[in-house]
Amino acid sequence: MNGIHDMGGMDAFGKVVPDQRAFHAEWERRVFSLLNAVEAAGAWNIDQFRFGIERLPPEVYLTSSYFKRWHLMAELLLREGGYVSAAELAAGHAIGTPKPLPCGTMQAYQAVAETFISGAFGRPARHPAVFKVGDTVRTRNIHSASHTRLPRYARGHTGRIDNVIGCHVFPDANVTGADENPQWLYAVAFNARDLWGDDADSTVKVVINAFEPYLGPA
Amino acid sequence: MHDHDHHSELSEMQLRVKALETILTEKGYVDPAALDLIVEHYETKVGPHIGARVVAKAWAEPAFKRALLADASKAIAGLGLDTKVGDHLIAVENTPQLHNIIVCTLCSCYPWDVLGLPPTWYKSAPYRSRTVKDPRGVLADFGVTLPATTQIRVWDSTAETRYLVLPVRPAGTERLSQDELAARVTRDSMVGTGLVAA
Repeated sequence: MNGIHDMGGMDAFGKVVPDQRAFHAEWERRVFSLLNAVEAAGAWNIDQFRFGIERLPPEVYLTSSYFKRWHLMAELLLREGGYVSAAELAAGHAIGTPKPLPCGTMQAYQAVAETFISGAFGRPARHPAVFKVGDTVRTRNIHSASHTRLPRYARGHTGRIDNVIGCHVFPDANVTGADENPQWLYAVAFNARDLWGDDADSTVKVVINAFEPYLGPA
Repeated sequence: MHDHDHHSELSEMQLRVKALETILTEKGYVDPAALDLIVEHYETKVGPHIGARVVAKAWAEPAFKRALLADASKAIAGLGLDTKVGDHLIAVENTPQLHNIIVCTLCSCYPWDVLGLPPTWYKSAPYRSRTVKDPRGVLADFGVTLPATTQIRVWDSTAETRYLVLPVRPAGTERLSQDELAARVTRDSMVGTGLVAA
């Protein structure tokens, strides 16, 4: 979606403030753990998590701290999933009968083993990759209202295939929770001048990871 | 007044998070003991010391460096770390002619397995918005100035691939042990917003 989360190339956010901390309060630590635990138990997948944050109203997104966004997203997805009700959130206690999470409760002994595998997204390919290293491609001009990982700044531009990474779970499908629809994933390199115009720095290239459905011939 | 507002927001979030944890615990969705272990793991076991060890080894051992650049996940899995590394880690090598810098413009993708949890600046709007458009300006915010002729590659983490920058080994470190080398490798240098000092 063309949301506030898609920040690449926006101006006026100012200088980078060198805040090295991961957390600023104990509740942020707790949010981090809570959300990792229910994600491991199957409450959502990574793309549903991201799309939940993307759907926060822009003014809420911009004025909430990073982990407040996580918390607001969790309330949203847990309500949508039927795991927690608005009445329970208001009361601060369980009211209804629990609907089982897809993977059950993550117990303490499983915590370290199961939440810290940061990824196995490769899947068997159903057809050979369409593009090869060195090919010139043009990113498609897509404006899905749902979840996509093709940033706005990289749409409709000509780039070069830098690497064929493999066949991976396709975020635009995985966000439904029903279909991984694996697709070939590439690294695509763009000259900064092709993205940002003739005044851009000629020494800069920007590389994105792009799924095959995001790409067409140049 | 500002302090009062700030305090109010913290209190509101403390209450809301406590409420959510209570509900999830009462419904049997989470085990409170597991919650303590999760954050503890990321605050004590995983961190930039892992990436620094990998970088030092790559500097010292050409065969490991080749393996790392060919398949970082596989090369690091072979080190026998007591933490796991995901399947899709890619190491990118800085040279005097080429500087790599990592960003996630869409959210906050970061190589947790080798660098731990991302610092706040990595997740901030200024870093996410400007790095793809003005990387030299962002580097200046970190006090880093590269020669005008140095090529820059910005890697936007738009899929489940994660990147680790292999910084340039500083001159005069030929006699250092791998532990001594690792101690010099900063987190920022492995994201591309810093250089390893000589």
